This record gives sequence, C-alpha cells and structure tokens, in this order.
Amino acid sequence: MRQAALIFKKEFKDYFASPIAYIVIAIFLALTGWLFFSAFFIFDQADLRRFFNLMPLLLALVVPLITMRLFSEERNVGSYELLLTLPVTFRDIIVGKYLAAVAFVAAMLLPTLSYPIFISFIGDLDWGVAIAGYIGAVLLGAAYAAIGIFASSLTRNQIIACITAMVVCVVLSIMDQMLFFFPQSVLDVVGYVSANAHFANIAKGIVDSRDLIYFLSVVFLGLYATHLVMEEK
Amino acid sequence: MIHVEGITKYYGNFCAVDHINLDIQAGEIVGLLGPNGAGKTTTLRMLTGFFPPSAGNIQVKNYSIQQDPLAIKQLIGYLPESAPLYKSMIVYEYLDYVARIRGLSGEAKTGRLNALADMCGLRDIMHKTIDTLSKGLKQRVGLAHAMMSDPEILILDEPTSGLDPNQIVEIREIIRKIGEQKTVILSTHILREVEATCGRVVIINKGKIVADSDTHTLTAGHNRERRIQIDVLGADVQSLREQLESLSGVKAIQVAAAEEPHVIRACIVSGAEADIRPAVYAAVKQTNWILLEMRQEAETLEAIFRELTKEN
Repeated sequence: MRQAALIFKKEFKDYFASPIAYIVIAIFLALTGWLFFSAFFIFDQADLRRFFNLMPLLLALVVPLITMRLFSEERNVGSYELLLTLPVTFRDIIVGKYLAAVAFVAAMLLPTLSYPIFISFIGDLDWGVAIAGYIGAVLLGAAYAAIGIFASSLTRNQIIACITAMVVCVVLSIMDQMLFFFPQSVLDVVGYVSANAHFANIAKGIVDSRDLIYFLSVVFLGLYATHLVMEEK
Repeated sequence: MIHVEGITKYYGNFCAVDHINLDIQAGEIVGLLGPNGAGKTTTLRMLTGFFPPSAGNIQVKNYSIQQDPLAIKQLIGYLPESAPLYKSMIVYEYLDYVARIRGLSGEAKTGRLNALADMCGLRDIMHKTIDTLSKGLKQRVGLAHAMMSDPEILILDEPTSGLDPNQIVEIREIIRKIGEQKTVILSTHILREVEATCGRVVIINKGKIVADSDTHTLTAGHNRERRIQIDVLGADVQSLREQLESLSGVKAIQVAAAEEPHVIRACIVSGAEADIRPAVYAAVKQTNWILLEMRQEAETLEAIFRELTKEN
C-alpha cells in the first residue's frame, strides 16, 4: 500500500500541474453557483436542496473529465510501460489513481462549502442535512470516478474514455426520471440501479446502509473491472 | 541469470514471438538484433514483465515471471524505446518519484540520485521539465530511471534510436561502463551498435532466433570472402581488368569508371583465407598508373544480418 500512496500523491499533484484541473474546477463552480443562486432568492428557503439536486447530472458531466486521463494518457504516451515494469502491483496502480481522482472531486466540492456558510448567516440552515448532502456528493463522485477510471482503462483515446464514462454516468443520473418508459416488471430494478434515487435519499439527510452499499458496489465493480482490463491487456 | 524457455506471444492470430529459448549469464552484454517488427520489443516486454507470454516460461535467478513478477521487476531496470517519461514532471521530481517507488528514502535516496546525476550527466537539467528536453537528454533521464535501484539486469530497447552521432557515442559509453558490472540486454537494428558494445549477439527474425553466438565468432564464421576496392588514376577499364585478372586468388572483378575524371574503380573479390592486397599493389606498381586509394570492405555483421533475415 506504500506504493499506492506514492502513486496517489503523484497523480494528485499531476492534476494541479496542468491548467485543465483549474478550468474544470472553475466551470464546476460557475455552473453550480449560477444554477443555484439565480433562483435562490425567489424560492426564499434557507436550504441546499436545489444545489444538491444539480449534483447527479453535473458530476456525471464533470467527473469523466477528471478521470479520462488516468490510464488513457499513460497508454498513449507510453509511460504505462515504465509504470508496469516498476515493482508495483495492478492494485497499487488502480487504488492510487482512483483515490487521486476522488480526492480531486472532493477538492472541487470544497469551495462550495461557502454556500452553506453563507446561507447560515442569512437563514436557519439545517447543518445535518447539509453534511449528509456532502457525504452523498462525495459518494456519488466516487461512484462516477470508478466508472470513469474503468472507461479510461479501455482506450488510449481520452475523448473516447470521457464520452463513454459520461454516457454511463448520465444514464445512471436520469434513469429514475424516465421510469415511465420501462415496463412494469423491471421498474424496481431500474429504480435500484439509478444513482439519482440513492443520492436523493442521502441528500435528504437519511444516510441509509442500502444507499451506502449501492455506492460502494458501484465503486467495487468499477475498480474490479479496471483490474480485469489491466490483466487482459 | 536469465533462463527463457519457449516463450511465445500472440497478438490475436499474429504470432510475434515464436518459441524463443535463451540463456543469459551474469555479466554478459547481449545485443538483440533484428529488422523492424521482428519481435525484439515484444521479447523484451515479456522479459520485463510488462505483459505475460502466451506460452513458455521466463526465469530470472530463481524467480518465475508467473509466480514472482514483482521480485523480477526489482531485479530489472528497463528503458523502453524512446524513453516515454511523464512529460509534465521536472527531472528531479520524476527521479525522486521513481526512487521512492523503488523503495529508496533518506540518505540512500539522495546518494543514489547524486550518483546517477553524475553517471548520466544530468546535473544541469535536474530542474527542467521533461517535456522541454531533447531526445538525447530524455534518453539519459530514462537511463537514470532504469538504473535507479542499481539493478543486476539492465534491459534497453533501442537505446540510441533517434539520437545524433555525438549522443550515440555518449550513450554507448555509458552502456559499456554499466556493462562492466551488470548484465545488459539491448535491442537494436543498427549493426554497428552491436559490434561496438555487445559481447554476444542474438539475431531475431519473424519471431524466431536465427543466430546466437558471441560477436567475434559470428563475424569470423561467416567471413567467406574479402572485398577490396581500389581507385586508380590514369588506367583504362580494359587494361586494369587484364592486369588484375592475372592475380591468383581473385574470384571476381568489377571495373568501372569512378565519379572523378580519369579515375577507374575496381572491386576485387577474393577468398577469405588469402590476403591479396600486396599482390594488387605490386600489379599496379608495375605500370605507370597511380594508386589513389585501396580499402578492404569489412564484410561484417551487415552482410550476415542480411543473409540471415532476407525474405525467401
């Protein structure tokens, strides 16, 4: 695990070495800030519900931008060969890279803490719900990052990796709003697979083990699939 | 040291490496030679554990690549073709990262980084971004990467490709220095490189080993003829041919006008056992022609290589 920690550190630092990281963070903050605050005073409610409602779709679009380079870039440049011939295991590499992406998502969410702080000055904010919302957002980001890292392991083309991950994440985000199109018999399954529904539960302030298990399973599946791809190639 | 038994690699249906057997002793410098696409890189990638062979086994010391890939990776330092390093990193930062991954820390790490900086001539570029380095400098950083853990085995894939002549000489010098203490395997399609640096040459073609012996034996064993080329001023084609044909030991002669005016060039082929140069000189001396140049073309690895790897 010492190796994984070293890889984590390097990958995390790499994010901030390129301007893309700052652009992604800036876009994310601008979008959340604008979408949230443009109607905040109209609704006149001191909560973050509408902020967290944005999360599934917004993260589905932003997280793939963060994860796309993890494997694709190394494959493309050829540094993958150097990495794999160092004394590190596949697990070290996956865990290090994955945690770096999750840490980056967390870093991206960090500035938005100013919203609840700001709201708590002008109204009566329920901090419990806000914290649950942030836990949910990080879990959601972690699940999407696992999908993203898997997509990145499949191809040496970053654009393809990004779009593949985006499609999967967006589908998971909007699935439960399209239940209308599914036959009655599969509704339960579709409802369970939808990331949005699980996130909504947590964002309401209910941190249920079922929802936790859902997110952790997505993470595990994504990382395990990445491991299989690495073994295959 | 390294024992390779029947390794084979398929890419889909294409067989890139076909049952290669190889035994390499400690302290050897082995040149893996072959045309492009012969399977050199594939072979090296299997040796370094980048991917597993489709069949066969590799043993390094007592470790098998299937069971102890990590132990083998500890023993091997590897420089892939054209040194694909992390571009956005600073040289020092990169080498520091590799050192940590290789398990060095504190004094040992600083000492090693210093030693490598001297050995590979990196002192002046430690603070530069890898992206901005020239190919030769990148190659040197790559060499430092490969030698980080002071490995017993060093594997270099086309270490001099794309470098200018001065850089080639520098890199070869470094390789030779390393080879005094380590086992080195390098791949190349440049024959002179093997002659200049390697004690043993393994020629691969279409995924198979077509020759494997020490460099001198190989060149000596295949030298079946000598070629001598002379430039003569003031002669004419016909009389020069007659003059040379009379010499004993000559197998074939080609005579033609050279590019320079009034100069005739003759290529004389003789058996490997007899040196006919004194006789040629004497034959020209009898006339009033002037011998401008005489040289023996070394029929070396070049020809052997072509002979062994030509399409049937």
